[in-house]
Formats: sequence, C-alpha cells, structure tokens
Amino acid sequence: MKPEEFKAICDFVQKSSGIVLSQSKEYLVDSRLKPIAESHGFSDIGALARGLPLAPEAVKAAVIDAMTTNETFFFRDKTPFTLFEEIILPELVKARRASGRLRIWCAAASTGQEPYSLAMLLLKHKALWNGIRVEIIGTDLSASAIARAKEGRYTQFEVQRGLPVELLVKHFTQEGTQWLISDEIKRMVKFSLLNLLQSYASIGTVDVVYCRNVLIYFDGETKKQVLTSLRKVMRPDGYLVLGAADTVMGSNGEFERANNKRGLYQPVEAGEMRQALSA
Amino acid sequence: MKSCLVVDDSSVVRKVARRILEDMDFIVDEAEDGQEAFEKCSAEMPDTILLDWNMPIMSGLEFLKHLRAYEGGDKPQVVFCTTENDVGHIAMALKAGANEYIMKPFDREILESKFMEIGFD
Ligand SMILES: C[S@@+](CC[C@H](N)C(=O)[O-])C[C@H]1O[C@@H](n2cnc3c(N)ncnc32)[C@H](O)[C@@H]1O
Repeated sequence: MKPEEFKAICDFVQKSSGIVLSQSKEYLVDSRLKPIAESHGFSDIGALARGLPLAPEAVKAAVIDAMTTNETFFFRDKTPFTLFEEIILPELVKARRASGRLRIWCAAASTGQEPYSLAMLLLKHKALWNGIRVEIIGTDLSASAIARAKEGRYTQFEVQRGLPVELLVKHFTQEGTQWLISDEIKRMVKFSLLNLLQSYASIGTVDVVYCRNVLIYFDGETKKQVLTSLRKVMRPDGYLVLGAADTVMGSNGEFERANNKRGLYQPVEAGEMRQALSA
Repeated sequence: MKSCLVVDDSSVVRKVARRILEDMDFIVDEAEDGQEAFEKCSAEMPDTILLDWNMPIMSGLEFLKHLRAYEGGDKPQVVFCTTENDVGHIAMALKAGANEYIMKPFDREILESKFMEIGFD
C-alpha cells in the first residue's frame, strides 16, 4: 500500500467513525481491507482507497466495519457491573418510581455482551424494580457486531470469559459448541445501528449510559463532542459509565465523578441538585 | 499466597495449568486422580482445586462428593476443567458443589478469568 493510499483510508475512517488509525495499524488495514477490495471488485487496496469517496454506501460501511475493534466480554472489568447493582440501579429505581420508566443505553454495545450482562443483573434484582418499565438499548457502528448481538449466539470461548457458570446454565441453551442466550434476556435488549458521531435522535432520553472502551479510539476533539452529545440525551440525575482507560479529561465539563468511584460519572447538575437539597 | 491442587491424569494439562497458576502467584501441587487428590486434601486442604472429570481410579465427580462430605472439605473453591461440555454435566458438577466450570479446550485467559471469578485475583 502506498503512503497516500493508507492516508486516504485513515482520513476516510476517521471522518466517518472517529476512529484514529496510527501508522502502526498499516498491517491491520491491509489484512482487513484486502477481502473487501476483492469482494467488491476493486483490483487492489489502492483502487479501493482511491474509489472510497464515490463508492456505494455498502462498500463504505464494510470498510468502517472492518476497522472497528469489537473486543468485549461478559461482565468485562466487573466494577462497572458492581456499580450497576450497588449504586446505579437502587438509586435510579427510587428516583423513577413516579415516572415508572428506566432506560439504559449501551452506546458501543459491540456483540452484545455488555447489555446482556446488565440484563442478567436486572433479572437478578427483579423484585427491586417491580412496577417500573426497564429498557436496555444497545447500539454500535458495526453492522456485523449488531447482527451477532441480536442473534445472541456465543462460542464456548466467549461464554467462558467473565460469565459465571451459574449464569451460563441459567440463561443459555446449548447448541453443539454454541450457546444461545434465552428469549427472556433477549427481549430486554433492543439493538440497532448508531454512529456516535451522528444524531442520537433515535435514542430519546435515557437514565444510564454505558460508553465503554470506545472513546479511546477517538481524538480529543471527537471525544469532547461525543461526551457533549451524550449529556444531551441524559436526565440530569442519570449516570454515565466509562471504560477503565477512559476519562472525561479535556471535555466541556458536563460530567463529574460520582460517588468517588472510578469510571462512574454524573452530569454536574446532579451534584448541584444534591447540594441544594442538603443546604 | 493461595494454594491450588491441580488434579488431572494428563501430565501435559497439569504442566500447562501449573504454569498459568504459578504466574498468578498460586502455590501449585498436583495429583493424577481423585484418590491421590483426596489423600492430599485430607492431609492439608488447598484453597482451590482445578479438577478433571474423567480419571482412572476415582473420577473428579466422585472425588468432589467425597471432599464436600469430609470435614473441612467445604473450604476449597473447586473449578472443574473437563471435555464434558454439556449442560447435564455442568449441572451435575454444580450440584455436587463445584464453584466454577471450564470446558476444554481452555486457554490462559479462560483459566485466569475463572480463578478471578471465584475470588482469588
Ligand atoms: C472495544 S468495543 C467495546 C465494547 C464494550 N462497550 C466493552 O467495553 O466491552 C468498541 C466498539 O465501539 C464501536 N465503535 C467504534 N466507533 C464507533 C462510533 N463512531 N459509533 C458507535 N460505535 C463505535 C466499535 O464498533 C466496537 O464495537
């Protein structure tokens, strides 16, 4: 691949998805885009790179999809899920008694393990939110990841990463070496495609946002914009959960650490509201 | 440091498991079948046990039932590690008192994550 071809691809990917590809990713770009170039009738990656601006949407989407990293697993990093059980859910259930609705958004849901982990926790604490309509929305930019998430079918390897065996037996059925998540869990999560750089209108207003391990792929400006956009769809007393390597540093200051827990944030208004109430 | 008894009739599996567990700072001991494992446990209970199912002399399941009935035998956290990969076997193991279950083939990541789940990270 010529340097200008690599650059054309990087520029395109960053503009459409926010994902920054460093020079060290050249090999990755090459190996992941070769099959796409071939299957869409381009003579080589160079031709694909040059043709991208005018290429059909399907080709563009395939290129972006191929450059996403969909690495995820059930109950990844544990803490974000303990926080859900111990702080987020009990607090918001109390605050939402009147409205009777609680909406949770996984904004980079990948193949579904994160929203499904939350759904399993919700079932575990079903008595707590009795009478409240709880919804989980899972979105991602990658169409292939969302298709897998909707199917809810995982390999033996995937169900052994982070998922306690007790929950495996409880919520999955076995099909050969594959494991299919139960309809009960599936019904709790609605998946759709959504690019964090575009409009969030389809999301509506949410109480909780899990936006983990995706901001790390963006540059500072994009990250800032995304955090601002996330805040706009959240209720002022809602919670934002970020990944272990993410922070709100360099943002417009919409969020602050909540309960002094790592990775847990709330709109600054939440703190102000609490202060006003205790004053 | 926590201890782990690796029970498997395959010396290759024992060797691989030992390496991973030692990297996680476990003190590792080995047994080739359920009976040898039971003898070691009755002398001194390990904190954790990595347990194969199909072994000569005494199977993993039989061993586990004996262990759980034995004084102090409720203490070790037991992780099955076996090619018996169906729900029926998993349910049987849990009923007999297993804490976690690894379906072979496994890798470092799975072993580490399972030992973290039982609370020995
Ligand atoms: C490493 S996964 C994280 C999955 C999960 N949140 C977790 O922490 O385990 C990152 C995901 O972000 C998605 N992603 C990347 N850029 C995106 C964008 N602009 N809009 C929405 N999703 C994006 C990728 O497709 C990928 O599935």
